[in-house]
Amino acid sequence: MAIVAFLIKRLLQAVLVMFVISLIGFSIQDNLGDPLRELVGQAVSEAEREALRDRMGLNDPFLEQYWRFLGNAVQGDLGVSYHFKRPALDVIADKFPATVDLVIGAAIIIVLVSVPLGCWCAIQPRSWLSQAAMGASIVGISIPVFLTAIFLIYLFSVNLGWLPSFGRGESLVEIVPGWKTGFLTGEGISHLVLPSIALSSIFLPLFIRLIRSEMMEVLEQDYIRYAWAKGLAPRRVWFLHAFKNTLLPVITVGGVQIGLMLAYTILTETVFQWPGLGFMFIEAVTRVDTPLIIAYIIVVGLIFVVTNTVVDLIYTLVNPTVRLVGAPS
Amino acid sequence: MTHLTARLTALLGSDVLYRFRRDPVALTAFAILVAFVLAALLAPWLSSMNPHDPAQIDIMNSEIPPVWTSGGEAAFPLGTDVQGRDLLSAILYGLRISIVIGVFAVMVQMTLGIVIGLVSGYLGGKVDAFFMRLADIQLAMSTLMLAIIALAVFKAAVGAEFYEDMAIVMLVLVIGFAEWPQYARTIRASVLAEKKKEYVDAARVIGLSAPTIMARHILPNTLSPLLVISTVQVANAIISEAALSFLGLGMPVTMPSLGSLISSGFEYIFSGAWWITTFPSIALITLILAINLLGDWLRDVLNPRLFKG
Amino acid sequence: MPLLDVRDLRVEFPTRQGVLTALHDVDFTVDRGERLGIVGESGAGKSVAAFAILNLIGRPGRIAGGSILFEGQDLTRLSTHQMRRVRGDRISMIFQDPMMTLNPVLTIGTQMVETLKAHRRIGDAEARRIAITRLGEVKIPSPEKRLESYPHELSGGMRQRVVIAIALLTEPALIIADEPTTALDVTIQAEIMSLMLDLCKTHGVGLILITHDLAVVSQVTQRVVVLYAGRVVETGETARVVQDPVHPYTRGLLAALPGEGTPGARLNQIRGSMPPLTAVPEGCPFNPRCDFVEDRCRDALPALEDLDGHRVRCVRARDLASGVAA
Repeated sequence: MAIVAFLIKRLLQAVLVMFVISLIGFSIQDNLGDPLRELVGQAVSEAEREALRDRMGLNDPFLEQYWRFLGNAVQGDLGVSYHFKRPALDVIADKFPATVDLVIGAAIIIVLVSVPLGCWCAIQPRSWLSQAAMGASIVGISIPVFLTAIFLIYLFSVNLGWLPSFGRGESLVEIVPGWKTGFLTGEGISHLVLPSIALSSIFLPLFIRLIRSEMMEVLEQDYIRYAWAKGLAPRRVWFLHAFKNTLLPVITVGGVQIGLMLAYTILTETVFQWPGLGFMFIEAVTRVDTPLIIAYIIVVGLIFVVTNTVVDLIYTLVNPTVRLVGAPS
Repeated sequence: MTHLTARLTALLGSDVLYRFRRDPVALTAFAILVAFVLAALLAPWLSSMNPHDPAQIDIMNSEIPPVWTSGGEAAFPLGTDVQGRDLLSAILYGLRISIVIGVFAVMVQMTLGIVIGLVSGYLGGKVDAFFMRLADIQLAMSTLMLAIIALAVFKAAVGAEFYEDMAIVMLVLVIGFAEWPQYARTIRASVLAEKKKEYVDAARVIGLSAPTIMARHILPNTLSPLLVISTVQVANAIISEAALSFLGLGMPVTMPSLGSLISSGFEYIFSGAWWITTFPSIALITLILAINLLGDWLRDVLNPRLFKG
Repeated sequence: MPLLDVRDLRVEFPTRQGVLTALHDVDFTVDRGERLGIVGESGAGKSVAAFAILNLIGRPGRIAGGSILFEGQDLTRLSTHQMRRVRGDRISMIFQDPMMTLNPVLTIGTQMVETLKAHRRIGDAEARRIAITRLGEVKIPSPEKRLESYPHELSGGMRQRVVIAIALLTEPALIIADEPTTALDVTIQAEIMSLMLDLCKTHGVGLILITHDLAVVSQVTQRVVVLYAGRVVETGETARVVQDPVHPYTRGLLAALPGEGTPGARLNQIRGSMPPLTAVPEGCPFNPRCDFVEDRCRDALPALEDLDGHRVRCVRARDLASGVAA
């Protein structure tokens, strides 16, 4: 029952946040350029313009217009992209899988590198590897993601010629209609390598440090001493008793990072000309493609709200002691 | 104010200075930072030309490599960019812009954060709940994302030309507005702790305004966490500015920051003009690394109980 | 041969201020099935002694000297791997606070089964069967269901019962209980203590009970060691030590117990407090707090005086024992 109450509360919050975002999106639409000019150009008389405005409902009260906008948005109609001449949501649906590929690629690298390294740094803080990892992490934090990306391209594409420097490649595999992934072919993966590394580079230092400090704290706890006193194998003490307790704060912080990850996809995709949402957004900004800009903001807002709720849910599943926020206990 | 100065003296007192003098990493980082700030301040005297002045730029000088490579010219030690600007001068002026934006943005953050933190902590109730929820949401959405969207919308609304004139102000404001929650949370936690203490009641009884009294106690108490946060925040603000400029949402090429210099050189690394991107990048990374190392060191030495989350 | 024979045990903590010695040449023995109390104020080194036996002293502490003979082998000379086979199998430990002892994110069942499987080649089903039996022995209602519970779903008393059940899982020869009831509600302390006593008797397990409470020691144990500032100051049969304490410190501890002296009168606390390891006084470490102090107490550390099996570290042991000084 607690889960249901919790879900309802989160859902209400999500609706509220989406409402605010849609309001922002709508007011942008109202202020960015004149929709009429986009449609009919300059060579139309003032009277005709006024008539057209009336017909399109542009002279209606703000609230009425907003209500109409909201109604359309809920039905999946966020306007038509000026540049692509297609519904904005269709354009986003086209670009979405590319960004998901990139995020998954980066997430795989982050988990595979930061978990073992973070644990190692906590278990053997004085070893040379731990010292090197901690030193490298502060350098890593200090290098902006787009510079890492440029450096990777310069080294592996321009100089060594090992890996492609832009795009997703030709051999994508369609796993469901309209959803293509690069993970299933060698060429696709070779295109994914550099962008994924670049995107993960900004999170690796953060996660290594976080896992290290949390795990060090856990290793000091009585229940870890007790686990040793029970004669358990080091593997079990570290990777079950300690790690499972380390995981909770890491998930919380990790959840917050999803927002940051999306922001960094914009930078990474721009450098690698990766045909995903971020690159599309920056192009839309340059072209002042208002419907696409608004659609992007709303979709990104939706992603935030959904992922944050999911992270909270996972958290409660992993941690048996947590009382669901806002749920009657 | 005397209280504050006393506190500051104590903070920077013998122990901190002693540990500072014995730490080679902290010393080096500090020396580099001072050198960079000086270079930024003295840019007009150190550079051979003013890269913001179109009259001094000769397009015929474009893409000259650094002086130690074949084809380099002594007049341009680090070479020139595509427009024929001396790269060293451009970097010095760019450094100036990056540091100015970083410092001013952090000042905006701090002012906002302190005011909101004090108000939120002191009033409590709905005001507090509102600001803290706002902080949560803002952090969840990531500040860089908000900055990108805000600047993108603003740029689309006012047009690229007007935007270029306004860029520096907009960058300070947007980066400033995006990052207040860190400060607000620290201050608020401190207010909540102070509120419980008796002197607040005592002050009220003798007719003094409690907020004034509290502010006088809270600001000195939060000095060390604020110092640590600010160091890291300046580095972050400079990175954010560089990222925004790289995306074309920051400083224009006519008045480049380090980020826009890197951005302008990016497409030329494929054709071999590696220096246009490389040297500003090295400057940027060194600057941020020095600030971050100092911040790390400060965190270890002052060991403030920073708000977790 | 005793089950456990600790000789000249010395534990040091190297710090920036120099090496701190937490235990100085501590000796004690436990026979099979015997119950020994280790008593002292906090900081006396009681817990250090317990952890030293299992070689679990936290860094940077280390055993600097002495031997710990257990079932014929010297525990201080075992490899990590060999030591692991002793921990939780031949010697179990019960910690002070059951809230902190059980891992919050693992079920009771997991934490019981893993202990058995670390030391026995048995299957899950068999391990669970043994776990259920033990939970029954510590009087936990419906033990099958409890295996699926997480620690936070149980009360403090129930958790400590679980910890006792875990300690008994492998039929150890010795259980070390470090203040096993201090963190519990006063009302259930006696219940848990008598449960532990019964189980030790029925299983014939040796027990080292570490506590600051001489009253509990006199109910549960057969022999007692009194520690002060890392040294044994008095040791002997519990009944004798409690009836006729000799060392002024032991006398002070007994006088401080509620129920001694006139009802309604103030408890007789020992004046002052135990010195920190950084500031242990010269001579007898207890001399600044002692009512019977003489000049020679400040000069040299007294030796352990053997009064017919009852040993006391005090220069005036003989006069105090014969009642001359009182």
